[in-house]
Formats: sequence, structure tokens, C-alpha cells
Amino acid sequence: MSVLEIIVFTVVKIVLILTVMLLMVSYLVYFERRVSAWVQNRLGPNRVGWEGVLQPFADVFKLLLKEDIVPVKANQFIHTLAPVIALFVAFATYAVIPIASPLKIFGYEIPLVVADVNIGVLYVLALTSVGVYAITLAGWSSGSKYSLFGGIRSSAQMISYEISMGFSVAGVLLFAESLRPIAIVQSQGSWMWNAWIQPIGFITFVVSAFAETNRLPFDLPEAEPELVGGYHTEYSSMKFAAFFLAEYANMIIAAGMIVTLYLGGYNLPFFNIESLGLANWLTVIIQIGSFFIKMGVLLFFFLWIRWSLPRFRYDQLMSIGWKVMFPLSLINLIWVAVLIMVFNL
Amino acid sequence: MLEQYLPVFIVLGIAIVFGVATVLSSIIFGPQRPTTEKLSTYESGMKPVGTTKERVSIKYYLIAMLFIIFDLEVIFVYPWAVQFKKLFHEFGISVFISMFIFLVIFEIGYLYVYKKGGFKWD
Repeated sequence: MSVLEIIVFTVVKIVLILTVMLLMVSYLVYFERRVSAWVQNRLGPNRVGWEGVLQPFADVFKLLLKEDIVPVKANQFIHTLAPVIALFVAFATYAVIPIASPLKIFGYEIPLVVADVNIGVLYVLALTSVGVYAITLAGWSSGSKYSLFGGIRSSAQMISYEISMGFSVAGVLLFAESLRPIAIVQSQGSWMWNAWIQPIGFITFVVSAFAETNRLPFDLPEAEPELVGGYHTEYSSMKFAAFFLAEYANMIIAAGMIVTLYLGGYNLPFFNIESLGLANWLTVIIQIGSFFIKMGVLLFFFLWIRWSLPRFRYDQLMSIGWKVMFPLSLINLIWVAVLIMVFNL
Repeated sequence: MLEQYLPVFIVLGIAIVFGVATVLSSIIFGPQRPTTEKLSTYESGMKPVGTTKERVSIKYYLIAMLFIIFDLEVIFVYPWAVQFKKLFHEFGISVFISMFIFLVIFEIGYLYVYKKGGFKWD
């Protein structure tokens, strides 16, 4: 492909994925509010549009028309920079997650992933580390003690769980022999999911993903009873919306990563779709469907956990990260290596 | 090479533009009517108490330092993990043993920190 073609295809894919992402984020917020209401036996938002489906748009327009307040004690530049970093990370990370096998159209074979790089997994890990800066800088620059504590807590928490996350991913790499997300999906085939082969790694990765996205039971950075809003206490208007969007976008990315690394990615469970010999476009559509259904189930799991488990105390949270998750992820690595050697996989 | 990495740079560029545009949009569309109270630090409507210039507990720096050390170890494991199957077919179990020794040394460091109370939060 020529450079121009690459640019055109990439821009088209980015625009499509950005739109889908934004829609998913908006509806994840709506979904969360409805599920929360359902769990707590209330109604939730059901006034704007049919059953409240237009609620997310109403929220965004409301926030857009609000005053943007930067407190006098805040560091003006960094206070504005932090939400930009948060959004940047949230939308750049999605680029390497494949949603289906290549689509053959007009004589081109287009991989259905924005950037098919052979360091995909490292790219995700690197960008999520940059995400820590957004929260830390937001907390530090606001000039409020609540924000500062939220930011400090959050950074300590995120870096603690990043290590067990890194080791869990190493277990996946042992099998896939590549850092390329598409290769990882293909290495799992239709039924040999990494979640079956390395259940410990799967659990440590999921728990770390919860901690990395600051979701309950690990949402200490924004524990309302003690820290008001946590790191985004001093944010208003679209800057607040930026953090909010980024948080939900990170949830979607975490779900996408779990699906890609452990749940067989876009492949149908227990059934090889390519053996049917269907038309290419039909296969692609079924694979996209399978990917999004897996993701949806995981996202529901995120919400379910939120309303089922109480929040950890801070020292418990750090203890779990360093004393439980870290050794477990190491054991997982050894286990996978031994498994490969014994069964010569 | 170009085919792989050009999209990454385009994505990074668009993500930055998207982030900046979102943050700027509220400055453009929202009203600007600042007052002294509005611009003061949040404290449930009371006068703000305390400053942010306080010192942070040394434990946080310890965590940051441990993170750097252990995360570097993770990065050392990655190249080995990617090449493991191939190397195992070629050189046999020694590939595993060499990494195992590395991890054991690493674990001794971990246990030392544990023993010294590096993982105590109260």
C-alpha cells in the first residue's frame, strides 16, 4: 500500500472507532446508571427520550454549557493539561485492539485494527502508565487537599498494580510468542482461551485492570466519604467531563484487553467460524458481534462488582497488590512455562 | 515498518487534537463569570482549611522506588517470554532454568523488602 492509502484508511478507521468509542462511553454511563438503579431497586434516568436513552447527550450538552472554573490556588497550565492527558491516553490506547479478522474490500485487505503494530501489548502498557500522570498532575495542580490526596493515592495504587499486570501479560506472551494483539488472538484459536490455560493469570489481570481503571472495589482515589471527588474535586465543565469520559473509556479498553488477551478476542467460542467458508464480510460481521458481546458481558461484570463489593481500606488495597497479586502473577508465569515444557505445546 | 507505525502517529495526533478540543470547548461555549468565592478552593462552602504544601509520607516514595525496580524486572522477562518456545526447542530446559534463577534472585530482593517492612501500611 502507498503512504496515501495508509493515511486514508487509518483516518477512516480512527473516525469510525472514535465515534463508536464515544457512543459506547456515553451508553456505558447510561447503562451503569440504569443497572445501578436496577440493583438498588430504583428507576434511574428514564425521562429524556425513550426510557432515557438520550440522557447521555443531555448530560454532555449540560456540561458543555457550564462555566469552566480554575481555582486561584491552582497551577493554571497543569490544571488544564491534566484532562488533556487523560483523554489522549483513553483514545490513543484503543488503536491496537483488533475487533475482527481482516476485511477484504475493493481488492484491499484491511486489518480491522487501527494500528497493527508488533509491539501492541507494550504500547497499551506504556500508555496506561502515562495515564497515571493525568491523575497525579490533576491532584497536584488543583491546590486543594482533597485533590492532592486523591492524586497521591491513585498514583501509588496504579503503579502497585501495574507490576502484577505486567507479569500476568508475560504468561500470555509465552503462549503467543508475540506482542502483536492479532497474533495473541490467533494463538488462542477458538477454544484454547488463555483464561482456561492460566486461570491465575486471568484473575490477577482482571483484578489489576479493576485497580488500574480506579473502579470499585479499588476506587480509593475518589472515595466520596473522605475525599469529596478525589483528584477531580476542583474540575468543572468539560474538564470534568474529560476525566469522566476517560474513566469510562479506560473501562472499555480494559474490557477489550481482557477479551483480546484471555478470552479469545474476536473468535467465536468453541467454534471455528473460518471452517464454514462463509463470505468474508459475513465472517467479519459475526466476529465483530462476538467481540462486542464478550466485551458487553465483561462490562456488565464491572458494574455488577461495583454494587456487590464494599470498598477496600487503603492499606488493604496496597497489601493485596504487593503481597497477593504480585506473588500470584509470578507463580502464573512459572506455571505457564512449566506447562509449555511438559506438554511441549 | 511505515505501514505499521504511521497509523500510530496519526492516532496519537488525533487523540491530542481531540483532547485539546474537548477541554477548550467549555472555555468557548461556557459562560465566564468568576467571583472570589467561586475561585476559592472547595471546602463545603466554608473557608478553606489547610494547605497542600504539606509533606507527603516517605512511604509513597518507597512505593515509587520499588515500582521502578520491579517494573524493570518485568521488562526483562518480556523478551524471554516472547522467544521462550523457540529457544526451548533449541536449547531445552536450560532456557527455563536461567530465567528461574533470575526470578529467584528477584524474589530474594522482594522477601528482603518484605522483611524490612517495606510493605507495611498503617
